[in-house]
Amino acid sequence: MTKFSIFSLARNALSHHERWPEQWRSPAPKPAYDVVIIGAGGHGLATAYYLAALHGITDVAVLEKGWLGGGNTGRNTTVIRSNYLWDESAALYEHSLKLWEGLAQELNYNLMFSQRGVLNLIHNVHDLQEATRRVNANRLNAVDAELLSTDEVKAFCPILNTAPTTRYPIMGGTLQRRGGNARHDAVAWGFARAADARGVDIIQNCEVTGIDVDGGRVTGVQTTQGAIAARKVGIVVAGHSSVLAAMAGFRLPIESHPLQALVSEPLKPVLHCVIMSNGVHVYVSQSDKGELVIGAGLDPPNSYGQRGGLHTIEDQMGALVELIPIFSRVRMMRSWAGIVDVCPDASPVIGKTPVDGLYINGGWGTGGFKATPGSGWVLAHTIATGEPHPLNAPFALDRFTSGTLIDEHAAAAVAH
Amino acid sequence: MLWIDCPWCGPRPETEYRYGGEAHIARPDPAATDDAGWADYLFMRTNTKGVHAERWMHRDGCRRWFNVLRHTVSNEVLAVYPMGTPRPETPRLPGDGAEGA
Ligand SMILES: Cc1cc2nc3c(=O)[nH]c(=O)nc-3n(C[C@H](O)[C@H](O)[C@H](O)COP(=O)(O)OP(=O)(O)OC[C@H]3O[C@@H](n4cnc5c(N)ncnc54)[C@H](O)[C@@H]3O)c2cc1C
Ligand SMILES: [Zn+2]
Repeated sequence: MTKFSIFSLARNALSHHERWPEQWRSPAPKPAYDVVIIGAGGHGLATAYYLAALHGITDVAVLEKGWLGGGNTGRNTTVIRSNYLWDESAALYEHSLKLWEGLAQELNYNLMFSQRGVLNLIHNVHDLQEATRRVNANRLNAVDAELLSTDEVKAFCPILNTAPTTRYPIMGGTLQRRGGNARHDAVAWGFARAADARGVDIIQNCEVTGIDVDGGRVTGVQTTQGAIAARKVGIVVAGHSSVLAAMAGFRLPIESHPLQALVSEPLKPVLHCVIMSNGVHVYVSQSDKGELVIGAGLDPPNSYGQRGGLHTIEDQMGALVELIPIFSRVRMMRSWAGIVDVCPDASPVIGKTPVDGLYINGGWGTGGFKATPGSGWVLAHTIATGEPHPLNAPFALDRFTSGTLIDEHAAAAVAH
Repeated sequence: MLWIDCPWCGPRPETEYRYGGEAHIARPDPAATDDAGWADYLFMRTNTKGVHAERWMHRDGCRRWFNVLRHTVSNEVLAVYPMGTPRPETPRLPGDGAEGA
């Protein structure tokens, strides 16, 4: 693995940046692996990386039907935060946030991780009660959280319209200063490069078409590049979780929906933080390139079509212009959708399945980017040891049978 | 935006409707159902990639519920039929979930 540094940058500048080596190999699949991970999004690649880096398991293949990072990892709006309500979620997302804080150094890859602060707005008495409760819960869980008054919101983000005459006046906000953004592609590339360097085979253009089960135990997968045997298999395919589960003969509490986002033309720096509003339903940040990155809710009908309706975007733009009137004259450049896998309690499913040796990590829905390192970390532990880590044990599939749901609809109400 | 044919009001845009999720999920007999059966009824979904039977309600119109067969990749609406009637036969299409696509 080429080590990136000021010296390698200078050296390659002299050769006009034409001699950088490939960052990972493109090997042909071997007939068998210890562990096969299905899906080379951030979560799958992080799983492979931590299997190799922390558990010494390097006979690993990551199979990707398209190109790595081409799913939701490359389509999301990169909001990172850990201010979830329940203890189980706070522990999992906060573990992930702590990993983010050292990840660029660990991977020797610039993830453009920026802890610029995430501000959630309060628009009514119910919001205020919910926000106050969540800030208190966060603090008890050692997650940084502050409750701001309307004036403090205005001071923190002056372009917000805090006038009492707006349709849904801003009554305050909650702020997680350690939250922020990262460069989505870089996360996939950084994990891919570091996993590859430790011997993991990343195989792109290799779609899994069947899961082989013998006597209740997984034995391998069928793919568009032939059969591949494996002792253990992890399903980490986001919007396609139910499709892969069906191949192994079970159902999930998951529905797949399009989630759209859009970006504006690049502007000079105008917004230094992430603004989210559950009440009027929109969120926005500004990328380092200068584009406003805007998102909101998913399209209600089930879909695998990777596109949504324009009316969904119109709704969120209406909300945005109400919150920040100066954005009314900004032109929008592109919109797109990803297919997100939504659980009824807005929390993921991470752990064992009814098939021995087959593990699943999915159901992150609209908010899994922030959890990329933590998600891979706990799944790697689960696959390596055969048992869930205490951090992911509460997120087992059987919570839907026992009834111990982890209802994060309030903390996850805006898709992010 | 989807364009859906309400059986009573005719073709109307998606924004007039409320989506009601997977159709034909029968409530089990409470006396004869264990926890796994309830989990299956309440939470587990087929989430088909392909032709999906689903419920819609014409919220801004006649406010009546009905069923729709829609392809979840192409969004093509293949049939509209009353609640309580069985799912109609449809031609197999490329990308139908039955192929494991
Ligand atoms: C518009 C949008 C905005 C979002 N904003 C945020 C946000 O601000 N903050 C946040 O935390 N989260 C956000 N999310 C959610 C986040 O993107 C996802 O939860 C997360 O990326 C899921 O991670 P992943 O690695 O599992 O998914 P993916 O990157 O989708 O990876 C799954 C991979 O599996 C592959 N695959 C599928 N089927 C097969 C098969 N049969 N064989 C082989 N490979 C297969 C896919 O091609 C894909 O590359 C957003 C999502 C969208 C769509
Ligand atoms: Zn009608």
